[in-house]
Amino acid sequence: MDFLSILNTAAGEILSPTTAAFALATIGLNIHFGYSGLLNFGQAGFMAIGAYAFAIFTMMADPTATLGWPAWLSFLTAVIVAIVAAVVFALILGIPTLRLRGDYLAIVTIAAAEIIRFTVRTQDLTAVTGGSQGLRGQDYKGDFDAMNPLTGTTYGFGPWTATAYDTWVRIIAWSLVIVALVLVWLLMRSPWGRVIKGIREDEDAVRSLGKNVYSYKMQALVLGGTIGAIAGVMFVLPRAVQPDNFATTMTFYIWTALLLGGAATVFGPLLGSILFWVLLSFTGGVINVLHGMGLFGDMSGSQAGQIRFVLIGVALMLLVVFRPQGILGNKKELSFHV
Amino acid sequence: MSDTTTPPRTHPLVEGEVAPGCKKVDAIVVADGVVRQFGGLTAVDVEHVEIPRGMITALIGPNGAGKTTFFNLLTGFDRPNKGTWSFEGQSLAHVPSHKVARRGMVRTFQLTKSLGRLTVLQNMLLGARDQRGEGMFAALVKPLWKAQEQANTERADALLARFKLDAKREDYAASLSGGQRKLLEMARALMSEPTLVMLDEPMAGVNPALTQSLLDHVKGLKDDGMTVLFVEHDMHMVRHISDWVIVMAEGRVVAEGPPETIMQNQAVVDAYLGAHHDTDLGTLTNQQVAQIHHDADADVDADDASAPTTDASTASTTDADQEEGRR
Repeated sequence: MDFLSILNTAAGEILSPTTAAFALATIGLNIHFGYSGLLNFGQAGFMAIGAYAFAIFTMMADPTATLGWPAWLSFLTAVIVAIVAAVVFALILGIPTLRLRGDYLAIVTIAAAEIIRFTVRTQDLTAVTGGSQGLRGQDYKGDFDAMNPLTGTTYGFGPWTATAYDTWVRIIAWSLVIVALVLVWLLMRSPWGRVIKGIREDEDAVRSLGKNVYSYKMQALVLGGTIGAIAGVMFVLPRAVQPDNFATTMTFYIWTALLLGGAATVFGPLLGSILFWVLLSFTGGVINVLHGMGLFGDMSGSQAGQIRFVLIGVALMLLVVFRPQGILGNKKELSFHV
Repeated sequence: MSDTTTPPRTHPLVEGEVAPGCKKVDAIVVADGVVRQFGGLTAVDVEHVEIPRGMITALIGPNGAGKTTFFNLLTGFDRPNKGTWSFEGQSLAHVPSHKVARRGMVRTFQLTKSLGRLTVLQNMLLGARDQRGEGMFAALVKPLWKAQEQANTERADALLARFKLDAKREDYAASLSGGQRKLLEMARALMSEPTLVMLDEPMAGVNPALTQSLLDHVKGLKDDGMTVLFVEHDMHMVRHISDWVIVMAEGRVVAEGPPETIMQNQAVVDAYLGAHHDTDLGTLTNQQVAQIHHDADADVDADDASAPTTDASTASTTDADQEEGRR
């Protein structure tokens, strides 16, 4: 019976809005790393930018209340504000670093994401960002909830049952995942995608063929970052804005999901995100049961809960060693060490 | 020794006298006072040099002569400390590398830069210029670039057939041999329809069986009306295909001339072998040194007799070539 409920919870992750938000962030990272070869270790920073810009705009400007805008317009404007913030962030990151080699971007992005997190945590900014407490969900969910056409109490079946609000988040989040996947597919089969992939292989060669490599790298950084910011918005819609949700751990979850599914594939990020959350939930459940049986000795429940992250780490190592191309990756494509 | 050879004073490609930095009748590239220093080291210090249009020009010189650095400067991959240069009359100084390529001056690299995880065909298509589908928004709408893509693909297929890579069309470039990658890089450069092709050591690391076809391809570029400038160490290749040779040493242009006579130029001999190449500094006894000097003098005398020795040296190279062929 316990095992069934573990499976039930794990299966529930397949369609959860968090998984959708993760899939979006991973799709963004896939554009950076998988296709353009940009080592972005600050995807959580892009999510934080999106989430905070969206929430702060909704709370501070609140055009529905102050200007009498319809809810959908306010929501859309807030999302656009989030996107603009992400574009500005990408430009600030990219202008100094994209002329340099890849590793510099990695260092700068990981630092920039942390700067964002520590900035929004600052006590002096509590009035705007909520400091270390973050922002309450109910303060910015109003517009999105008002747009909800669903009136029932619960929707779905089995492990995929959700409240009307949750279902509404799912519909929007997963629709955006589909849009992002189609976008990536369209772009990567085009000459634009060919230039991007060429840059991943050797930017000097692409430069020698008359392409403005700097501009293409910037476009890729902005595009992936924008998708990351939208992921941030979707991530906070079912919960509150918590600064520590956007720590480096988040970035590495996203990287794990990307490598698991297969970088430089269209569906890899989707599959990777789903598997990552299902496995995380499943191992968490199993460890909880084993802990209940006293298998971990004196360890407390929350300590035992951390074991799943050890397992995830081991799994990631095994994956990179034995199947570096991920689940959907093309073995032939990755078997060359160029 | 300096008066032992008298290279021709004039040449149809040259206006006036043949000398380092001489003026060409029809120059496509003109460089003036190009200096590149790495800290205290002056890698390139070219006072004046002109590249003749429609010809195959070889840029030779010993290791560290600054040939590749000069290449990088001309193509915008490196920035000089000072200097100007023009391509087809337009200044190219401080123009970024991708714009240099768009003007029709396309280069290849000493270490081939084939894009490994793209197929051979995709490598080729990347070379095409002014693609509509390379804009991020136009890329989303296939009808906007479909026809152009098709035309480019046809052109790429024709080039691949010419370079005998058509069987590899769908293979990843990383699976090609070193020589095939050189061919692919050259074919890819041609996709942009350049007027000047700059090849950085096209023969380096190429299997001898491919050498001849590579030579033919380079000659083919000239037949198609392109100007070729290449860096090379292989004198065999230089003699066979170039119309003009520019010799660099220690960053400077030390000699110029047609390939038939350039190797007899004293400055070239000095550049390659050192001005005191026949004085041994090491382990030889005085007696041996005296013997070498004696032999060298004998050689000089023989050279003075001129024509027959040239024949003999050509004959010996041919022999050596044949011997190489048998191996």
